[in-house]
Amino acid sequence: MSVASTKRKIYKATMLSLSNICMAITVALVFFLIIYIFVKSIPYFSWELLSTSPSYLKGTIGVLPDIMNTIYIIFMALVLVLPMGVGTAIYLNEYSNRPKVEKAIEYCIETLAGIPSIIYGLVGMLVFCQFMGLQTSLLAGALTLMIMNLPTIIRTTQESLKTVPQSYREGAFGLGAAKWRVIRTVVLPCCIDGIVTGCILSVGRMMGESAALLFTAGFAHNLNGFFDAMHSAGATLTVALYVYAKEQGRFDVAFVIAAILMLMSLVINITATVLARRIQNKKGE
Amino acid sequence: MREKFDEQLDELNKQFILLGSVCEKNIAKDAEAIRNHDREEALSVFNQEYDLNNRGRDIERLCLSLILRQQPVASDLRLVSGVLKMVTDLDRIGAQAGDIAEIIMKYDFSHKGEDQDLLLKMADECVKVLHAAIDAYVRLDQKTAEEVLRMDDSVDQYFAMVKEAIIQEVSRSEAPKISFDVILMAKYLERIGDHCCNIAQWVLYIITGKQPGTR
Amino acid sequence: MSENNANAAAEGNIFTVSKFNLWYGDHHALHNINMDIKEHTITALIGPSGCGKSTFIRNLNRMNDLIPSTKLEGSILYNNEELVNSDIDVSKLRKEVGMVFQKPNPFPMSIYDNIAYGPRTHGVRNRAKLDNLVTESLKSAAIYEEVKDRMSSSALGLSGGQQQRLCIARALAVQPRVLLMDEPTSALDPISTGKIEELAMQLKEKYTIVIVTHNMQQALRISDYTAFFLLGDLVEFGPTEKIFTKPEDKRTEDYITGRFG
Repeated sequence: MSVASTKRKIYKATMLSLSNICMAITVALVFFLIIYIFVKSIPYFSWELLSTSPSYLKGTIGVLPDIMNTIYIIFMALVLVLPMGVGTAIYLNEYSNRPKVEKAIEYCIETLAGIPSIIYGLVGMLVFCQFMGLQTSLLAGALTLMIMNLPTIIRTTQESLKTVPQSYREGAFGLGAAKWRVIRTVVLPCCIDGIVTGCILSVGRMMGESAALLFTAGFAHNLNGFFDAMHSAGATLTVALYVYAKEQGRFDVAFVIAAILMLMSLVINITATVLARRIQNKKGE
Repeated sequence: MREKFDEQLDELNKQFILLGSVCEKNIAKDAEAIRNHDREEALSVFNQEYDLNNRGRDIERLCLSLILRQQPVASDLRLVSGVLKMVTDLDRIGAQAGDIAEIIMKYDFSHKGEDQDLLLKMADECVKVLHAAIDAYVRLDQKTAEEVLRMDDSVDQYFAMVKEAIIQEVSRSEAPKISFDVILMAKYLERIGDHCCNIAQWVLYIITGKQPGTR
Repeated sequence: MSENNANAAAEGNIFTVSKFNLWYGDHHALHNINMDIKEHTITALIGPSGCGKSTFIRNLNRMNDLIPSTKLEGSILYNNEELVNSDIDVSKLRKEVGMVFQKPNPFPMSIYDNIAYGPRTHGVRNRAKLDNLVTESLKSAAIYEEVKDRMSSSALGLSGGQQQRLCIARALAVQPRVLLMDEPTSALDPISTGKIEELAMQLKEKYTIVIVTHNMQQALRISDYTAFFLLGDLVEFGPTEKIFTKPEDKRTEDYITGRFG
C-alpha cells in the first residue's frame, strides 16, 4: 500500500471522528437544555399557576396574564405586519419596474433585519411611547414587533411571489384581466402557503423577543381584555421570565415559563415544517 | 446541413441521367440497326427493356423514400416531384425504343425507300431532342428546355413527311409490306418527341415552379 | 387615413400592419414589418429562434405592454383601430384577441373556474350564463367529453395535451375574434399536437388564427398564409403553398429546405 493512500486514510478517519464529536456535542447540548428545563419546571407546574393572575393579597403568582399578553401582542403585530409586508412585497415584485428603487428598498430591508432588537426597543420607546404618546403599552410593543418582522414577511412573500410561474400572469393578462385582478385572483392564491410560513417564522421570533418589549410593552401582570390590554402596559412571557428570575428571584416560575415557551416554539416549528412540506409537494405537481 | 439529404438528391440525379442516356443510346441504336441491317443491334435494344423498367422503378422508389423521410419543400420538392413525373416519360421512351427494335428484327431492310431515309433522319432528330431534354435537366437550364419544345416541331414535321412519302408509294401501288411498319415506327418516334417535351416542361417546373399545362 | 382603413376592412383584413418597427432598449428587434392578416384564415409565422416572430405576435394583443423599455413605431390596425402607441382599451382588445401560449398554463384552480376566469373578468356573474359559456367553450375546444365529469377538479391534473386544449377553451370563453397561438404544440406529443392542429383548422370557420411555429410541417398542414421572419425582418409573406413550393427569396428557400446558415 502506498504512503499517499495511508495518509489519506488517516486524514479521512480524523476528519470523520472530529465531525462526529461536533455532532455529539450539539445533540448533547440540546438534550441537556430540554431535559434540564423540564426537570426543573415539572415540580412547579400547577393549574393554578397557569390559570390565574398574580395576587399580592394572597401572595400567589399566576402567569395567565403573561400568556394572554403574548397572544395579544403577537396577534396585533401580525395584523399590522401582514398588510404592510405583503403589500411591500407585491409592490417590489409585481409593480415596480425601476430596478434602482427596488435595490434600494431591498437593501434597507436587509439592513433592518440585521439590527439588534434592543435598538428597536430603544427607538420604539422614543417614537411610539413618547413621541406618539402611546405610553408603555402592548400597542407600542406590537408596533415595534411589526417593524422588526417586516423583513421576514417581505422576504418570504417575495420568495413565494417569485415562484408563481410567469405563465400564470401572462395567461390572465391574455384574457384581458387588469393587473390587480391578476394579482388578487391568480398570483396571491398561489403564495398563500409561503405567506403563512413567513407568519409562523415571525410568530416564533415575536414569542422569543424580550429586549425590545422591555422598553415598549412594560412589566405589568394585569389580566385585561384585548382592547384594554392594547393601551395598557403588560409583560409577555419572555419579559415575565426575566422579571420573575432577575427581580423576584422566583426561579420556579421562571422555569415553568421557559417550559411553556419551549412547548410553544416546538408547536410552531412543527407547523412550519408541515407547511413547508406541503408547499414542496405543491411545487412538485 | 442536410448532407445526407443532399447525397441522396445527388444519387437520384445520377440515376436519372443514366437512365436518360441509356434511352438516348437505344434510339440511336435503332437507327443504326436500320441503317446497317443489323438485327443483333436491334436485339440488344429489345433485351434491355426489362432492365430499363427496373431502373425506372428504382428511381421512383428513391423519390418516394425522399418524400417520406425528408419531406422536401421548395426547390427540393420541385426536383423530387419533377423527377417522379419525368421518369414516367423516360420509361415510355425506353419502351418505345424497344418496340421499334422489335419491328426491326422482323425485316432485313434490303429495300430502300424515301420513307426509310426520312425515318432515319427522324430518329436522329429524336436523339437530339432527348439529349437536349436531359441536358436541360442536368444544367437546370431554362433556355435549353424551351429549345426542346421548339425542336419537337421538326420531329412532328418528319412524321408528316414520312406519312406523305408512304401515301405516295401506296398511291403508286409500289409500297412494300414494310411501309406499314415504317409508319408505325415513325409514330413511336413522334411519341418519343412528345415525351421529351413533357420532360422539358417538368424541367421548367423545377426551375420556375410553373406547373406544366397551366398558362 | 380613414379612407385607407375603410379599404382595409372591405378586403376582409382583420389586421393591417404597416411600417411597424420595435426596439427593446437599443436593440432594433423588428424592422419595417408590413403584413395584412385576413379574417377566417390561419397565418403561420415561421423562422429561426430569436427572429422576432413571437415578439411580433405579442403586439397584436399588446402583450408587449408588459415588457418595459419597448419602443414602437409604425402602425398596426386591428379592425380599423390603431394599436401602436394608442390609448385603446387593452382589456377589451385582449378579450377580442385571445392568446394561447407555448407551455400549457392553466391556472391552479378547477377546470370550471379556469374557463370561467375570462368571462368573470369581463363581468359575467350569472351562473346559468357562465355554465353555458363553459360548456360551449369546452365543446369548441374538443375537450368537453374528457372533462365533463370532473369540472370541479384541478386543471393541473390534466395531461399536457388536455391542458393546452383547456387553455384554448379558456381563450374561447371570452368569445374572441382572433386567436394568437405562440408555439402551442411545442411541448406536446404527436397525438396531442394532431388534436390541436385539427382543432385549429375547425376554429378557422369562426375565428382568425395567427400561429407561431417552429414546425414547418405544421405550418404546411394547417396554415393558409405563411410569413417567414429572419433577424427581425419579414423576409417573405404569402400563401403557404406558394412559400413552400416556389419561395421568392433565397433566404426563405434556404431556411425551409434546411440549408440555412
